[in-house]
Amino acid sequence: MGSEFHASYLDVPPGGGGLKSWIFSTDHKRIAILYLISILAFFFVGAAIGILMRLELIAPGKTLFEPSTYNALFTLHGVIMIFLFVIPGMPAILGNFFLPIMIGAKDVAFPRLNLLSWWIYMAGALLAVASLFTGGGPPDTGWTFYVPYSLRTGTNVTLAVFAAFVLGFSSILTGLNFITTVHRLRAPGMTFFRMPLFVWAHYATAWIQILATPILAITLVLVMAERLFGIGLFDPAKGGDPLLFQHLFWIYSHPAVYIMILPPMGYISEIIPTFAKKRIYGYKAIALSSLAIAFVGYLVWGHHMFTSGMSDTSRWIFSLLTFLVAIPSGVKVFNWVATLYKGSIELEPPLVYVLAFIFLFSIGGLTGLMQGALATDIHLHDTYFVVGHFHYIIFGGAVFAFMAALLYWFPKMTGRMYSKRAVWVALAHQFVGFNMLYFSMLILGMMGMPRRYYDYLPRFQTLHVVATVGSWILVAGLVVLAAALLRALRRGERAPANPWGGVSLEWTIPSPPPEENFSLPPEVGEPYDFSKGPAR
Amino acid sequence: MSAAVPAPHTHRDPEVSRIGMWLFLLTEMLLFAGCFLAYAVFRVRYSGDFHFAAQELNLSLGLVNTLVLLTSSLTMVLAIAAMEQGRAGRAAAWTGATIALGAVFLVVKGFEWAAKFRHGIYPNSPALAAAHTPGEQVFYGLYYTLTGLHALHVVIGMVVLAVMLVFVLRAARSAEGEGPGALADRLENAGLYWHLVDVIWIFLFPLFYLIS
Repeated sequence: MGSEFHASYLDVPPGGGGLKSWIFSTDHKRIAILYLISILAFFFVGAAIGILMRLELIAPGKTLFEPSTYNALFTLHGVIMIFLFVIPGMPAILGNFFLPIMIGAKDVAFPRLNLLSWWIYMAGALLAVASLFTGGGPPDTGWTFYVPYSLRTGTNVTLAVFAAFVLGFSSILTGLNFITTVHRLRAPGMTFFRMPLFVWAHYATAWIQILATPILAITLVLVMAERLFGIGLFDPAKGGDPLLFQHLFWIYSHPAVYIMILPPMGYISEIIPTFAKKRIYGYKAIALSSLAIAFVGYLVWGHHMFTSGMSDTSRWIFSLLTFLVAIPSGVKVFNWVATLYKGSIELEPPLVYVLAFIFLFSIGGLTGLMQGALATDIHLHDTYFVVGHFHYIIFGGAVFAFMAALLYWFPKMTGRMYSKRAVWVALAHQFVGFNMLYFSMLILGMMGMPRRYYDYLPRFQTLHVVATVGSWILVAGLVVLAAALLRALRRGERAPANPWGGVSLEWTIPSPPPEENFSLPPEVGEPYDFSKGPAR
Repeated sequence: MSAAVPAPHTHRDPEVSRIGMWLFLLTEMLLFAGCFLAYAVFRVRYSGDFHFAAQELNLSLGLVNTLVLLTSSLTMVLAIAAMEQGRAGRAAAWTGATIALGAVFLVVKGFEWAAKFRHGIYPNSPALAAAHTPGEQVFYGLYYTLTGLHALHVVIGMVVLAVMLVFVLRAARSAEGEGPGALADRLENAGLYWHLVDVIWIFLFPLFYLIS
């Protein structure tokens, strides 16, 4: 098999190279790279806006911007990071690249639809950008578009909401594609319980994308209809109910958090066994806990509304259900740690990022429980505590796991190895900066600093300064990591097919993978079986 | 490009597109489910107002439209059955009939809306606010939102069927090209979408016209 010639997916295809061979390619790997580049571009824009916000908050009162500009900035930061980075980024980048390979398929079930998803993503992104410069100017509602303010503000909410609607469509198509792929394109021998946990995680995520996103779509349609025609469903003067918006919005947007975190949990479940050289502990428990999280996560939206006005009965039911989500999440964390126990551990960069993930995600999870409890939530709601918690989950959890996964699969995707020393430097900065930035927010929140405020009392300043300085260190770490990977693209050493000694199917094919993935049907054995040595 | 390489492990089947279509229909149902949820909330809150507002709707036009859509589902099934038997000409005729019935539905709906507009019953109208209770206003808000969204889906369905009609006509003219089996599969998927549009109306009709 080794003597055969394989054209890499990165090689110039027979039809000619250039931009066209990328933006019209239906190869799932090329589409993954398209997503990677466009989504990371937006990530850096979102991060830059975050830095500006932190800069404004370094001192009370006006530092750089007018209050209205600040409102636009935090809205923009949220919209970009949620709708243009995390929600599409977690499933669509690595999922596109590795889900088909890991189940031994040549591509996803609908390759053209896959390309269309990326185009729709780009259209949505363009609309979002256009909303900044047209109409009444950038939206200032926060990414949640809460009524009644989003109905009254003169800023360009309608277009921004439409952009989110379009992006949701892209997400639905990706989910539809992945579910069909998993059901119909598994290689012979690849039973459901032989699939890598990465695939399980993406499968559960795809169901959430399909089942939850339409609810967001209709909610956004109603906001648009409200602004354009004044239908009145959210307007108490016309018999409507603004709280209905919050319910509909969170019926999607809470499950959306699991769109952001389930794929990263899948990355973690691949990386840990490879660097512990040990079968993952509790394979079935982790696989099924993904589905359990997807299911229970559907029923907890009310915990975003404990202070909005709900009956006490619904409040304690939502609180109880919220605590229940901690069980499958806890199952995963304990199983990961148990996999490391007595493993033959190699402290390579991806694994160290995973360890950082476990630490930060645990803080995020535990602070989540504090808000799930009704009494403490009254105190913590709408404070910086929520902002801190959310970033521990999504940045400390999802994004650290994403960086771990990018470092794990970078050699496979590009055929190059990066400088490990540069990565250590990056991680040290990120970890220190991250905790300075967001742990300060947790404390600020407990002290009573409200979120979304432009100004604050002088007694909060010390922690705000710590947070702002932390944001600089964090971004320095991100820049170092980006630079290390970009440099590796050109000057990195050639990576072998299996640099880490992994056992899933992507390590059986060359780096970078050939255009057709597999020239022969792959041999499928038990998952995470390290007894036969690394995959060849 | 890849046709030269035998690919036993990426075996393709018509089941793939059918699963994809059903998943897509699921998302469409959930899109409407959000509105049905809003309907349920307001119906419980304003059950009396909904009762009186529903009396103002034109039951006979609603009934006509229900029959029109039900008939269009029948013509759709006949089109698919004809295509499966390889009779493309007949399939084209039934597909055309389905599109025509969709158009009839929209025209009737248009007359219904126009009559309401003449009486000042439309979203954000001063007359609506002056002469109706908040509960009745919400009823009309839901009425326009749901029937409007549904009408939009009828239009999308007609466009999809028009595209299919082109393919079917092309198959009718020449024996060459896409096999009738593959085309029947695609027509069936288009038909699934059309049935969904029909089914949603089956729910809308009692919820708005028959509750008084």
